[in-house]
This record gives sequence, C-alpha cells and structure tokens, in this order.
Amino acid sequence: MSTQQLLAVPSRLPAKGSARSPRGGNLRRAEFIWGVAFIAPYAAVFLAFVIYPFGYALWLASDPALYSELIADPLYLTTLINTFLFVGLGVNLKMFLALLLSGFFLRRRWWIRALLAVYVLPWLIASAQVGISFHWMLIGERGLIDGLISEFFGIDGPLWLNDRALAVGANIAAYVWKWMPFWTMIFLAARMTIPRDIYDAASIDGATGVRRFVHVTFPLMANLYLVCTLLSALWTLGEFTTVFLVSGGAPAGHSHVLATLGYRYAFDTSRPALGVAVVMSILPLLIPTAILLMRRFHVSEVRL
Amino acid sequence: MSGAAGSRDRLRRMLVEAGSALLAVALLIWSLLPIYNMFLIALDPEEGEVEFTGNLWTPEPSLQSFVEVVTQDARYLETFWQQFGNSVIIGVATTILTVAIGSLASFAVSNLRLGKGRLLTNTALLSYAIPASFLIVPYYRIVHVYGLADNLLAVIAAQVTFATPFAILILQLYGWLIPAALDDAARVDGASPLQIYLRIYLPVMVPALAVVAVYALLLAWNDYLYQAVLLLPRHSTVAMVQGNLFADTDAEWNAMMAAGIIYALPPILLLLALRRHVAASLAMVSAGV
Repeated sequence: MSTQQLLAVPSRLPAKGSARSPRGGNLRRAEFIWGVAFIAPYAAVFLAFVIYPFGYALWLASDPALYSELIADPLYLTTLINTFLFVGLGVNLKMFLALLLSGFFLRRRWWIRALLAVYVLPWLIASAQVGISFHWMLIGERGLIDGLISEFFGIDGPLWLNDRALAVGANIAAYVWKWMPFWTMIFLAARMTIPRDIYDAASIDGATGVRRFVHVTFPLMANLYLVCTLLSALWTLGEFTTVFLVSGGAPAGHSHVLATLGYRYAFDTSRPALGVAVVMSILPLLIPTAILLMRRFHVSEVRL
Repeated sequence: MSGAAGSRDRLRRMLVEAGSALLAVALLIWSLLPIYNMFLIALDPEEGEVEFTGNLWTPEPSLQSFVEVVTQDARYLETFWQQFGNSVIIGVATTILTVAIGSLASFAVSNLRLGKGRLLTNTALLSYAIPASFLIVPYYRIVHVYGLADNLLAVIAAQVTFATPFAILILQLYGWLIPAALDDAARVDGASPLQIYLRIYLPVMVPALAVVAVYALLLAWNDYLYQAVLLLPRHSTVAMVQGNLFADTDAEWNAMMAAGIIYALPPILLLLALRRHVAASLAMVSAGV
C-alpha cells in the first residue's frame, strides 16, 4: 500500500514507493469488500438520518404558498434580521477575540495557565445550563446583572428582555461566552506550532507587537481562521438552545432566530410545514457557505 | 544611552505585565460571572425566597440543595438519578458509536483502496450545510417510521449523525499528518484489515480519537432540543427537565441549579482525563489546516 493511497490525494503527491507491495486481484477484491463493510455504518447513518430527513423536510416545505406567507409575515423578517445579527456579530466577535486571546494564553506564566483552566469552563457547561443562568442573570431587577448595576452605580438597570436590541445582545453574549473558549483553544494550539525561528527572524527585521501579528502570525493562520469561521457560521445559524432559553423570543417574539421561530411554528402553533419552511428558506445561503468551506478545507490539505 | 534604553525597555515590560494582569482580571470576571450566578442560586436556602431578589451574595449559604438533589428530595427531581442515567446513556452511547463509525469510515478510505477520501470529507462537510436544529420536524416524524418514538435510541442516532462528520474531518486530517506511522500498516503482511484497524490504526490515532470523544460527549451533553422533542417525560434527561421548567416558579430552583452543577462534572472529568491527547492532536490538526 502506498503513501499516496494512505493520503487519499493521489494527484497531488509524488508517487514514491507506489509499487512496493504488488498484490493479486483476489487480495484487492477482499480488501475492497472489507472497505465497503467498514464504510457501511456511516453510509447507513447518512442515508437514514441525513438524506431521508432532509428529503422529507424539502417535501414538507415544497409548497410555494408557505414562502409567500412568510414574506408577508412581519415576524419572519424580524427573525431574519435577528439571525443575521446573531451569526454576523456572534461569529465574528467570538472568532476575532479568540484569535487575539490565543496570543495572550501563549505567554508562559503560571497564572496565565491557571486562568486558562478557568477560561475553558464555559465550554464544558451544557447549553441548557448556560441559557438558564444567563436568563436568570437578566430577568430585570431581580437578576444578578441589575443587582450589580445598582450596587456599583446606584441606578436601576434596564429590563434586558423587554427590549429587542438588548434581548438579541443578551443571546449573542451568552453564545459568545459558551463558545469562545473552544475556538481560543484551536487557535492556541495552532500558534504553539509556529516555530520560534520565524519570530526570531521577524524580530531581527523589526517586526514586533502588532506588526508581528499582522505580517507574521495572521498570514500563517489565515486559512485556519477562515475554515473555523465558516464552520462556526454554519453551526451558529442552527443554534437553538441559547436563544430558546436566554430570551425565549422575548419581547413578544421579536428576538427569535430562524431555529426558534421554526420550532415555535411547528410545535406551538402546530404548523409543521410552515416551521420547516422558516428554516429551509435560508438554504440558498447555507449551501454556498458549505461549498466554500469544502474548497478551503482542501486548499489546506494541499499545503501539506 | 544604554541606561535610558534599558529603563524604557523596563517600563515597556512593566506596562505589558500590568496590561496582562488587567486582562486576566477581566477574563476571570467574564468567565466566572454566570457560574457564580449558578452557585448563588444553588446555595440559597429555599425558605428565604432570596433566589429572585438581585442579591449579590446569599445571606445564609447552604449545601442543603445539593443534599436534596442527591437524595432525590426536591420537586421535579424525585427521579434525578434516573434522569442523570438517561443523560449518561445518551452521552456514552453517542461517544462510543461516533468514535467507532467515524474511525471505521476514515480507516476504510485512507487504508483500503477505496481512495475516495475527498468524497468522504466532502460528504461530511456538506452535511453541515443543514444545521441539526433545522431537521427536528422531519426527525420527529421519521422516528415513528423507524419505531423509535420515545426511545433513547432516537436521540442517540441523531447525536451520532451530527457528531460523525466532525469525527471524520478530524480523523482524516490527523491521518494525513502522520502518514509514516500509518504506513506501518502496509508492512504487516498477512494481517486482515480488521486486525490492522484494531492493532495499528486505532492505537496510532488515539490522540485524535480523544478529541472526537470529547466533542461527541459534549454534543450530546449540550443537546436539549432533540431530547425535549423526541422523548416523553418518563424518559426525562437532566437537560430536558431544566429546559422544560426554566420558567416554572414552582420548581425549587436552588435544587435545579445544584443539579445543573452536578451535570457539569462529567465533561470536566473527561477533558481532565484526556487533556494531554487533546492538546497534542489539536496542535497537529490546527497546524495542518
């Protein structure tokens, strides 16, 4: 078996040692059968739990009347804007801060290492608990945040979940809180593998601080940053638990995102087809994002 | 000259140090505030009704709520250990199945002349074009078709479905990065693919499998939607009870929060146990992208 086949990218790599172990056709066929058997569980899961439900969703939401109903629905438009805010602000804030903080956590101090252990805790706390804790911190004058505001500033804090902008902001904050540590660790791991020589060479050329970050660190991490941002955008677009528990759509359904509005239509108002149409309406944006992700993922593979 | 430059350098270093300390304090507050809020509510004794008053610290902190949870004495938590057990079954089964299915598929395309590694990763990435929560309505219908209504298996299947693509991405990337180690597989003559998979592939991939395991457990642990929609109350999980009752003032919320804190422990323990493998493979994989 050759390195080529192990890497599964035959056209891009030199054909070293490709004829090392010539085998008979029987062996090849046996191996092929094994291969099919090994891949069968994933293929079965993919067919039964991705293709079938997805096809079913398309069929459920295939009536064009559903979409004209959505366009006429002011709550749908509000939800669409909220979703773009949630994804646009949530993902970019989270990724950019994670990239910067990964540089901070690279410093070799015992107290920074201890801080890292505390900093990853949000990632390990389940979404439902995060949502509930944020919800309770923000329920008006009885929540912890307004308690702190009146303690330190002597004024009454806002009713966070009675205002659309504050409620959307609260959802974003809770989401960033939970997921920033995960991406910080990914970037931290990537930074750790950048050889010191590169920085030494850069510092001889006078690149330190911000200039070093812009001209040395970031170019090395740009593709990883893009791949992570795209993956995170896809995951964030489907986020349900945070919004459902932190704001629950309050005030009056004006902080919903697509996932929670779809759930509301499908299960609370018993209109499953409309609920599916809500989430399927974003498909024209999702598929190009996934295709872009596929391309960038493979660029990186060739870089090796 | 050099003295002036030296003191400027010292000043700069002190400023950096002070900035770091400031940032550390800010991060500590940011990270701990919602966790502090959980403890604030959990440690508050039930009688005082202090849990919704914006107090910054409870006057009489008490571990009573934790005792109530463990002894199943709190309202809605009479079956806490059964709820916890259901969460554990879903989490552990999701983890094992994801590791198994993901590694079998990855091994097949990279070692067994299927040569379709790109197709596999593309399929995995493409399935992320449809976020999990978007498929909840069709899932709700198809579990009836499969005869899995109100069955933990339905939730497990859903979680495995959404964890496996990530598993394949990580395993494929990691596999590309250690071709030399995997090439040893070729030198074992007369071994069946199953033996190669068990004796060579799995041991070599342990760091990447650790990442996959942590990811799969956390995915199942984070899930609320699929459990709430696909399971009935007699199969309650911890996440389900908390999410369903989060606006219910009848629930004893100090006990609910105590249950939430107990629920946070298994992922922390798993990451602690696997932290070296996770750090090692994250470094390799992220350097490869």
